[in-house]
Amino acid sequence: MGSVTRFLDSSIGRKVLMSLTGLFLCTFLIVHASGNLQLFKNDMGLAFNQYSVFMTTFTPIKIVSYLLYATILLHVISGVRLALANKAARPVSYGASKMPGSSSWASSNMMVLGFIILIFLVTHMANFWYKYKFGDVEWVKYEVSVMDGSVIGKTTMPSAPHMQPHEYVVNDGVSAPIKYVIVKDLYSVVQLAFQEVWIVALYLLGMLAIAYHLVHGFQSSFQTLGLRHPAIAGIIRNLGIWVFGIIIPIAFASMPVYFFFFA
Amino acid sequence: MALNSNTPSGPLSEKWDNHKFNLKLVNPANKRKYDVIIVGTGLAGASAAASLAELGYNVKTFCFQDSPRRAHSIAAQGGVNAAKNYRNDGDSVHRLFYDTIKGGDYRAREANVYRLAQVSVNIIDQCVAQGVPFAREYGGLLDNRSFGGAQVSRTFYAKGQTGQQLLLGAYSAMNRQIGAGKIQSYTRHEMLDLVVVDGKARGIIARDMVTGKIERHAAHAVVLCTGGYGNVFYLTTYARGSNATAIWRAHKKGAYFGNPCFTQIHPTCIPVSGDHQSKLTLMSESLRNDGRIWVPMKKGDNRRPEDIPENERDYYLERIYPSFGNLVPRDIASRKAKEMCDEGRGVGASGLAVYLDFSEAINRLGQKAVEARYGNLFDMYKQITGEDPYKTPMRIYPAVHYTMGGLWVDYNLMTTVPGLYACGEANFSDHGANRLGASALMQGLADGYFVLPYTIGDYLAGEERKPITTDHPEFEAAEKNVKGMIEKLLSVKGTKTSHDFQRELGLIMWNHCGMARNEKGLIEGIEKIKALRQDFWSNIMVPGSGEELNQNLEKASRVADLIELGELMMHDALHRRESCGGHFREEYQTPEGEALRDDDNFAYVAAWEFMGVDSPAKLHKEELNYETVKRSQRSYK
Amino acid sequence: MSGNMNLTLKVWRQKNTSASGTFETYQASGISPDMSFLEMMDVVNEDLIKQGKDPIAFDHDCREGICGMCSMYINGRAHGPLKGVTTCQLHMRTFKDGDTITIEPWRSSAFPVLKDLVVDRSAFDRIQQAGGFVSVNTGSVQDANSIPVPKENADEAFLSAACIGCGACVAACKNSSAMLFVSAKVSQYALLPQGQVERAKRVVNMVEQMDQEGFGNCTNTEACEAECPKQISVSNIARMNREYIKAKLFS
Repeated sequence: MGSVTRFLDSSIGRKVLMSLTGLFLCTFLIVHASGNLQLFKNDMGLAFNQYSVFMTTFTPIKIVSYLLYATILLHVISGVRLALANKAARPVSYGASKMPGSSSWASSNMMVLGFIILIFLVTHMANFWYKYKFGDVEWVKYEVSVMDGSVIGKTTMPSAPHMQPHEYVVNDGVSAPIKYVIVKDLYSVVQLAFQEVWIVALYLLGMLAIAYHLVHGFQSSFQTLGLRHPAIAGIIRNLGIWVFGIIIPIAFASMPVYFFFFA
Repeated sequence: MALNSNTPSGPLSEKWDNHKFNLKLVNPANKRKYDVIIVGTGLAGASAAASLAELGYNVKTFCFQDSPRRAHSIAAQGGVNAAKNYRNDGDSVHRLFYDTIKGGDYRAREANVYRLAQVSVNIIDQCVAQGVPFAREYGGLLDNRSFGGAQVSRTFYAKGQTGQQLLLGAYSAMNRQIGAGKIQSYTRHEMLDLVVVDGKARGIIARDMVTGKIERHAAHAVVLCTGGYGNVFYLTTYARGSNATAIWRAHKKGAYFGNPCFTQIHPTCIPVSGDHQSKLTLMSESLRNDGRIWVPMKKGDNRRPEDIPENERDYYLERIYPSFGNLVPRDIASRKAKEMCDEGRGVGASGLAVYLDFSEAINRLGQKAVEARYGNLFDMYKQITGEDPYKTPMRIYPAVHYTMGGLWVDYNLMTTVPGLYACGEANFSDHGANRLGASALMQGLADGYFVLPYTIGDYLAGEERKPITTDHPEFEAAEKNVKGMIEKLLSVKGTKTSHDFQRELGLIMWNHCGMARNEKGLIEGIEKIKALRQDFWSNIMVPGSGEELNQNLEKASRVADLIELGELMMHDALHRRESCGGHFREEYQTPEGEALRDDDNFAYVAAWEFMGVDSPAKLHKEELNYETVKRSQRSYK
Repeated sequence: MSGNMNLTLKVWRQKNTSASGTFETYQASGISPDMSFLEMMDVVNEDLIKQGKDPIAFDHDCREGICGMCSMYINGRAHGPLKGVTTCQLHMRTFKDGDTITIEPWRSSAFPVLKDLVVDRSAFDRIQQAGGFVSVNTGSVQDANSIPVPKENADEAFLSAACIGCGACVAACKNSSAMLFVSAKVSQYALLPQGQVERAKRVVNMVEQMDQEGFGNCTNTEACEAECPKQISVSNIARMNREYIKAKLFS
């Protein structure tokens, strides 16, 4: 274990830590983005609300989520430590300094981008995760047709202490069987939040920051891990640009935009 | 003192082996009781330092650069010779020996040159083992190229950066010993005097170039590996910092100076573009493998080279020397270029250049292949001149590049001061009156890796094993002397800078003691240098103080030495009434304009003893007895 | 002698390591476009000396782009605006008449300024002393051709070995990281059979020394590669990372 600690304390070790935590966060983003796409389902938010229940109650997911929080923390702390060390390595700065054209802007501003992302994350967690866990999010009851799964209605429930999400089916043999689903209505919280201009703006800024952060960060982590070979360099670069620089940020950004303009 | 070269007896091919057996040895446990100072960390210095430290001696190295790796050996481009015969083209130790002796126009010591050829094969082995990335063929074995003055391919190379790679190899070996605590490396330190105690070299006085502190360093032996003195000509291919201070001050302390007038003018340098120029850049001689040298047939033909048809071009080297063609030795190639320009057939704005044309090679091999061989040289040419040599021929002109002369040393590389050694370009030894291409790297490394480590033991074995201390009055005196000179330089407060003086000196040297010399010019030159020396000491202006980083002070002190050395070179050139190798006296030439040697009267090494700045140096002769080679008129036709 | 360019120079002047520095402005007149940058500096210095002022100290030696001694940060770029060119090979035809040129030393806590534009790069030497070698004693080696080396490996090792140790990578890196320099040396030996025996030990020792010297960390901006006068590739850094991870965790 001592050798691992020493490794992690070396310049390369710290970078390896950054890249591994970063890559782990990247995989989470894919999961998170695909889950959140349920917001677009035309079902009065049922799928999204159910997904929220799953994410907050299923034990393996819960474990992964704590790992995730730890990873974020590690990534941030380690990043700040690196940035401070890097700053100390040049106590007197240049009077005139130009980045060579070949260096991307993002690569030299990872700390700034990371900081924006951190602010975004804190707001994001406060807005939804905290509210969902500890705030007074309304309980709702969905009426769902068992036959075709279509959502028939959604009614507000009076909230009671120790209420748990649950569902039951009513089949009186006369009318078509109906499933009732009782969940916290995070969907409406999202809908409401994304009416606020400043929140939408913050989200768009956050996504822009994530895009830039990852276009550089994704491929940079492979370089740090020494995984550089002409055969895979192009694939990694394109993955970084397309998946993490474009698709995922756009997917996320489309949510506030959608609710702001259309819902 | 009679000059004894200490050349061992016996057949030429057995001399070195016999000698090694006869040399005294220092017991491994005793080696750590001896301290050795090495000044200069180029190929010779770094290899010597590493090898001596590996043996167990305590080594201190000194260099004026900020790192040992920057010594000017790093700029050698073309390659390093070795008699490996990997090409199966008839090479052998004897042939390399013979080519070197002949190339040097029979003015080198046979036994030294033979030893050089013998150990050349070990150099390549050593460098490869250190991880020097030599050029290789597809089968994974080492590649070779050919070089001027030879008809076999025996030159090992690493693109156009062979010197760099060899130096980094020696530097890495040195680093290993610094890490192990066996070498103490003093960088940004300049040796300013040699300390001689009871007739033996016992240390040096050095200046810390950052703080200005004058330091004493003592040792059982001192080795000078400080390179050549070509900067006496001002515009040369030397590094700007290259200087003669260490060897000159050693000379003033009793080390004889051998053949000072033997300087090499390299034929393929980028011509001067204006008065502002601070140095000349060499284009590796390897370019002559594929480049063809020509001038227009007509005088004053100022058409663009592409517009001059084939039948109006004079490929003069191929015409005059059909068997060696463009690969004649450097002295000949240089002199012929000068002749062409003197005839008025020179090209370029100044008329002081000839063409080196690659169009034929590009047609034959393709641009890719030419690029692979010479890419970095072409880039460098383009960067300096703004012209693209893939499209238009290079313009080249000779420039001072190497000094064959240097401190006189015996077979053991010891100077006339016991305990003071000189290796590499700093000594006069192996190249006679002209050095062949790719032989400088060979000699530097041979001296440092394979000769000095044996011969220095013979001396040290006879020395007391107690540490040498710096409290001897001789140290006191030397330190005082150095401080006095610094004070003097700072106190003149004249009107001319060291730069002005070096430029003037260079001009005098080039005009009177350059590619062609004659009695009248030399006599005039000596007077001019004497006047320059007077002027220097009454008009030099050195800003700042001695107790700080003061680059102008460093330079002024070096120029002062170069002026004195320049005068000695002129005296040597004047006294040698013959032409040989790089020393071309216009009065002594064959009807075809080739150098005319006088073996009856000048088959000796001229070793000069310092008798005072204002007194003529005293000549000592080491007769060169050729036991194996028959001297003949060099012919490359 | 004289040329036709007139320039304004803003030059960093600093008396010694402990003094604090400042920019001074100088006029360089009569500069020829054929001069190298250092020759232009020579002209300025000769003027300063003749005016009784202290000339600008700067490192230089071979003036042909190979020794690695020259080291100026010119207009915000290490070795000036051209790619693959050292300051000594930078010619004034790159600039225009009337230009203002800012000239600074390499700035890094691992490279303390000694005077004006001269910095102490001995950290590089110490890194090499920690492991940048193959441990072979003089004379104890086999024939040079006894170990064939694939040409591709030899060529690649050469490209890594072409580093001149000038420190431009550190100067150009926003973090003053020395990883390009260290990785070039690590790569050269990792690619050659001669370097295999000490492969793991070498990279560990060199990286440890590098960390001790106070260089920053690599954030893969690749400014080092862009500014390296010998165009050493950042793929060397990936190789060093790989070598180090392997050495520390898997051997």
